[in-house]
Amino acid sequence: MKWPVKNIQEIKWQDLEIGMAITEPGSSRFYKTGDWRSLRPVVDKKRCIKCGLCYIFCPDAAIYEDDEGYFVANLEYCKGCGICAKECYVQCISMVEEVV
Amino acid sequence: MSKRVGIEVSLSVSEAVKLANVDCIAAYPITPQTHIVEHLSEIVANGEVDAEFIPVESEHSAMSVCCGCSAAGARTYTATSSQGLALMNEIVFIVPSLRLPIVMTVADRSLSGPISIWNDHTDAMSVRDCGWIQFFVENGQEAFDAHLTAFKIAEDKRVLLPVMVHMDGFILTHMIEPIEFLEQDEVDKFLSKNYTPAIQLNPEKPVTMGAVGIPEIYTEAKKAHDVVLHESKKVIIEVWNEFAELFGRRFKPVETYKMEDAEIALLTMGSYGETAQIAIDELRKEGEKAGLIKLRLWRPFPLEEFLDTVSNVKGVGVVDRAITYGTTGGPLAIEIRNALYDVEPRKVVTDFIAGLAGRDVTINDFKYMYQKTKEAVKSGKALPYQFIGVRG
Repeated sequence: MKWPVKNIQEIKWQDLEIGMAITEPGSSRFYKTGDWRSLRPVVDKKRCIKCGLCYIFCPDAAIYEDDEGYFVANLEYCKGCGICAKECYVQCISMVEEVV
Repeated sequence: MSKRVGIEVSLSVSEAVKLANVDCIAAYPITPQTHIVEHLSEIVANGEVDAEFIPVESEHSAMSVCCGCSAAGARTYTATSSQGLALMNEIVFIVPSLRLPIVMTVADRSLSGPISIWNDHTDAMSVRDCGWIQFFVENGQEAFDAHLTAFKIAEDKRVLLPVMVHMDGFILTHMIEPIEFLEQDEVDKFLSKNYTPAIQLNPEKPVTMGAVGIPEIYTEAKKAHDVVLHESKKVIIEVWNEFAELFGRRFKPVETYKMEDAEIALLTMGSYGETAQIAIDELRKEGEKAGLIKLRLWRPFPLEEFLDTVSNVKGVGVVDRAITYGTTGGPLAIEIRNALYDVEPRKVVTDFIAGLAGRDVTINDFKYMYQKTKEAVKSGKALPYQFIGVRG
């Protein structure tokens, strides 16, 4: 099995290494863990004071500072737990339902 | 030249493991255990084989250590029995999924409760679905030979699966039998000196073994495992044939006795085959067309070979050495009935749960099972499964 795997749905049983071994070190960086999120944090940048409290509280270190200094969630890893929205000092983060 | 010696069957297994030039043995040294690993610890301590003997604190740890040793590329062996097998159950399922060619002897004994140390196949059936190659041996010589073939089968690059050798506890493990040993140079002609892994834990070339199987990939992993277990049958037969060519003792997935013109067959696994054979001889003398099928290979199930043996019979009496509570029969009979479902004309399958926890099963018991099967064939109706010798 060659990494990175673009789409896991394309892997056939014949493609697996013996015993499903992973022969490429560091392959976990290709694994996005945020795909089962049901709620997505949306920041209202007009009200955000760039304090970074959400960045500190995020239990998954999924929030990063963008070029303009706003703190936003990396949706490839954000699980939608809502802790950022709960802790936000100015309440500028709303949790919006993911629509499939 | 091979020498023939009278020896406890457990000790002959230790000698076979020594001749296989094993690298690592991990075992829990007290009950339930046989003399196999006890003798192996002496062999290692005496420097007769260059191996690590790792005594651990439980069977769960024993199989865990074996897992690590095998993953690092060591030829690995362990032995267990009944409660010990139950305790290592968690790791038993992991080993074949990692495709680690560990060889393990299971001295088959019943599981508690009631507390028991005697022989039956309850422990074996508790790991029926674990995905190992599993075979049953009938006597001491087979036990010795089977272990040498087990390493070769397990480590074949087309297989890479663990092998469980089932031998009846006490009935075989604690008997003294005449066994023809092989010399080291003879074994070396058959089995390579070392195991060469296809994928190995090695800091020079890191790999991950035992990663999580998320829902998107678990089914694919199971399919791959199932396919390789099915396909291992041809390698098993190939290795057994090679063993026969070198040493003259041949093993087949399904053995038969007087089946050429048999109308009714009994079917056994393990050491009961020898007693059943005497019953068949007596029935033949009485003019009965009786035969015996001995299933040696349990996983992968040798469907084609089994069906070949029963093409002419009208009924099969299955001798189950374990019970699966509250269903349509013992685990062996359920398997046999399923295998025969599409066969025309229909074969009557009767099921006898016999010899639980060391209860003796006599020649007359086998003859009774034969008669019951014959009656069922005559009436065309299969009987509900029954416990042989149960009182009340």
